[in-house]
Amino acid sequence: MERYAVRQFLLSAAVLVVVSVVGFVLLRASGDLAQRIAGSEALAADVEKVRIAYGLDRPLPIQYLDWALNALRGDLGRSLFFPEDVSTLIARRLPITLGLAALGLGTAIIFGILLGTISALKPNGLFDRLALGGAVLGQAMPPFWLGLLFIIFFGLHLGWLPVSGSETWRHFVLPTAVLAIATMPTIMRLTRSGMIDALRADYVRTARAKGLFPFTIVFKHALRNALIPVVAIAAVQLGALMGGSVVLETVFGVQGLGYLAWESINRADYPVVQAIVLVLGGIYCILTFISDLLHAALDPRMRAQ
Amino acid sequence: MAGKAETEALPQPDAAPAAASGGRTTLRRWLSNTGITIGGGLFLLILFLTMIGPFLVPHSAFDQSLVSRLRPPVWAGGTAEHPLGTDHLGRDYLARLLWGGRISLLIGFSTIAVAGIFGTVIGVLAGYFGGTLDFAVRFLIMVRLALPAVLIALAVAFIAGPSLKLLIIVLGLLLWDRFAVIARATTMQLRSSEFVVAARATGASNFTILRRDILPNIVNQLIVIATVELANAVLIAAALSFLGLGVQPPTPDWGLMIAEGKQYLLFSPYLITLPGIAMMVLVLSVNLLGDGIRDVTDPEARGR
Repeated sequence: MERYAVRQFLLSAAVLVVVSVVGFVLLRASGDLAQRIAGSEALAADVEKVRIAYGLDRPLPIQYLDWALNALRGDLGRSLFFPEDVSTLIARRLPITLGLAALGLGTAIIFGILLGTISALKPNGLFDRLALGGAVLGQAMPPFWLGLLFIIFFGLHLGWLPVSGSETWRHFVLPTAVLAIATMPTIMRLTRSGMIDALRADYVRTARAKGLFPFTIVFKHALRNALIPVVAIAAVQLGALMGGSVVLETVFGVQGLGYLAWESINRADYPVVQAIVLVLGGIYCILTFISDLLHAALDPRMRAQ
Repeated sequence: MAGKAETEALPQPDAAPAAASGGRTTLRRWLSNTGITIGGGLFLLILFLTMIGPFLVPHSAFDQSLVSRLRPPVWAGGTAEHPLGTDHLGRDYLARLLWGGRISLLIGFSTIAVAGIFGTVIGVLAGYFGGTLDFAVRFLIMVRLALPAVLIALAVAFIAGPSLKLLIIVLGLLLWDRFAVIARATTMQLRSSEFVVAARATGASNFTILRRDILPNIVNQLIVIATVELANAVLIAAALSFLGLGVQPPTPDWGLMIAEGKQYLLFSPYLITLPGIAMMVLVLSVNLLGDGIRDVTDPEARGR
């Protein structure tokens, strides 16, 4: 188990290094960064000044090493727009995005597992069909569009909830609902198929034969086994939700990491964008590492791979 | 699908049960699946409407008319002149919706072509040859999953200047991972199956085995992934266009139309609801079709 953990850790670290290189190179190879910072009407001489001032004239490997060595010490550079260090900026915005993703995923897990379990009790029954139909609809709705519909209905027509910002808990209700609706179908379907298999398994038949209460069988014996893949996917989903936060945070004006990324891209504030790619990649690596370890602890076959 | 492989005098056991029962029963089995009939029917209808529709609608999707700005659709007091109303520049909304469908389908199909070819090639090679190559491909997949795709696409589009071509290339290079994962896993299973071992014993080259024995037998799974990724590409492209770094005006795109309608959401909500519903129907039809194909070709996974 320890050898497995060490190997997975080294692998995750290597992935993160490559992610940082790819993010770094893409920002510079997609076009002329100095031109974008200076603006499209800037004179050639001014563009050159910008290029030299930000060190963009140096060879790419040197620029990368300079940035990466500083990043290892926790220094992610300075924003071109905010009068702050990038690390301070990210430290302030990250909890908002992380909290929103956790709220959305938590809601999705609670309802997804509940609906999936009830569906699995009577496959192809009325409830199952309705729930599956809802899941298919939920997967087909573009989250940013659903967010706008919520703004129109709950914010403007009913006036129940604020539609933009992130100052109070009430600002988080609508974005959380959208995230939960977008994530729930996957979790519900996984729980349902896992439960259908588990309810057919020998140990459930034995439990029935022993005369245990159906409630105990479903929640104590079957659900525990059905949830292994759900645990594995939940960690990965959290990472995906954070990566997708750009769009939803823009719709709802939530001042998190995604919104910061969006603002920074439009201002060519590349130190911030670069750092956010690194942070999101790092969070993803940590989550998959934890998920792998959990999985290996639950299922010894994983360790042999 | 499996017919191509069957023409060779090689045993084709487990992987191709469909071909054994004859073409007619296969067709009936496909058509009796609700996912395929409803999803496929809807998808064909969308294809037909977006290809033929723009020629049937009397208005152009691009002609502006300042006197007929923001006309409501018929159910909200509009006239039959513009059944779905007009947008903030007086352009006919029905014509724009139909054109937008073309753009979405163009993005979806081009993206899965780029992503599907790349992902399948590296996935099949990794699964077939194993060893260092397999490790390299698995590592590449991990890197791809750790990269925040939407953020990267936005940043690249901003620096390079947004365009339809760039959007397709970026999405294609970001959505290949599932093709690679599935192609790798299924190829690994097939590698040790009897008919591949037999082919190798008869002296068939690796290339011949890959082309004749492996590819035809993983096509079904790849088609299912293609439907998932087509839907995915449409949704992500719409999100990028919504943020202004995807399809550029005046091209009608559903995501862009939602962005343009955002300012008028209080008094003209149809500007937002209609393109969203169109997108939902498209994604829904593709997802239903994919689920149906999976149920028919892989009975083990039915109803998952």
